[in-house]
Amino acid sequence: MELQGRDLIAYRTARFFEDGDLVNLGIGMPTQCLNFIPQGIDVWIDSENGVIGLTGAPQEGEEFDPNVVDASGAVSKLRTGGCCFDSFTSFGLIRGGHVAATVLGAYEVDQEGNLANWTVPGKTVAGMGGAMDLVSGALKVIIMTEHCDKRGNPKILKKCTLPLTAAAEVDYIVSELCVLHRTEKGLVLEELAPGVTAQDVISKTDAVLIIPETIGSMIKE
Amino acid sequence: MDKVVSIDRALEKLHDGLTILIPGFVNTGVPETLIKGVIDKGYTNLNVISNNTSIKGRGIGLLVHENRIRHITCSHIGSNTETVEKVVAGEIDVTFVPQGTLCERVRAGGAGIGGILTPTGLGTPIAEGKPVIEVDGKKYLLEKPLHADVAFIHAWKADKMGNLVYRRTARNFNQIFATAADLVIVEAEEIVEVGALDPDVIHTPGCLVDMIVRA
Repeated sequence: MELQGRDLIAYRTARFFEDGDLVNLGIGMPTQCLNFIPQGIDVWIDSENGVIGLTGAPQEGEEFDPNVVDASGAVSKLRTGGCCFDSFTSFGLIRGGHVAATVLGAYEVDQEGNLANWTVPGKTVAGMGGAMDLVSGALKVIIMTEHCDKRGNPKILKKCTLPLTAAAEVDYIVSELCVLHRTEKGLVLEELAPGVTAQDVISKTDAVLIIPETIGSMIKE
Repeated sequence: MDKVVSIDRALEKLHDGLTILIPGFVNTGVPETLIKGVIDKGYTNLNVISNNTSIKGRGIGLLVHENRIRHITCSHIGSNTETVEKVVAGEIDVTFVPQGTLCERVRAGGAGIGGILTPTGLGTPIAEGKPVIEVDGKKYLLEKPLHADVAFIHAWKADKMGNLVYRRTARNFNQIFATAADLVIVEAEEIVEVGALDPDVIHTPGCLVDMIVRA
């Protein structure tokens, strides 16, 4: 099976997780990481509404508790060993550095590690929810995003133009083309998707990229 | 001491223009019985502090639909399309607060703390106009406490003194919001005798609760 597009992004992102990690996945594309957790790696899912150990929607006809919901408000199952707590404890875990990784989408992300993913002035008024706390507090901030927007414009920029969710907090950007690592020196092109060249990435990226002599593959053996 | 009253009695001394803390995450753990009571009583021009506005036609969404909210302080309205429409139309004012900051501001309001220092929001529009304070070389935003006239709480079990237990993710903001209002009104799915709850599993001590109604 050749992995492409969002599957490839989710596959690669899931390989950042280590056994026993507490991980927070944003609504939407980030939850697809659950389909690609490697064998032998047991990840605990943290949900901002105050629960660790959700495992997804119940099957049709399966018993469920309407009081167990995920961060989108949808009913979910809770695994053995899971626990529930109040919102204050939830954000204490997030802000206090007890969550190993948070995975979110982006409207824009830039070479300084700035992220914009909560508002487009004049277009969206949803609010930031827990995103600002997650990006400020999680030990590792991983952005899953298509490399360009629907019109083909780069989303990985020199400087974000939209209002920020957090400044200088992003660690990794995973797209369908590559993995970028934000270091003190700048954004390093660490891995490429099969068949993609560094030049392909550069041509679709506004940010300045550091290109090492050897670049790894997004597909892990 | 028996704090169980009728919903009519619980809401009779409220009035227009109150600031109300209303917990819930999307539509879980929302005190909908009390919300419906407020609508029946006709109270309006309310100032709501909540995490979000439930979904269209449920929970806090009922107050939105009935045009009872003047201003809302919350982290997210995206789950309720009607709220978004009314905010865009200028019918409801909204102040967005990051969710973790909302928790801490209400906790401060209930715990006698004059503000909190958080890294959340630094370098974003949320920081505008707020003091940045450096502690041991790290920068934080000063965020002020939040306190309300009234808190509505949804409990799974309450004893008649107001000791409360919440269920699963319906706990969310209920536990903190019960600490930060002049008047705390609880709706409980089940009301039990004093002594029926294990003291070690009580989430909210009864001393915080003024009145209890059946959810």
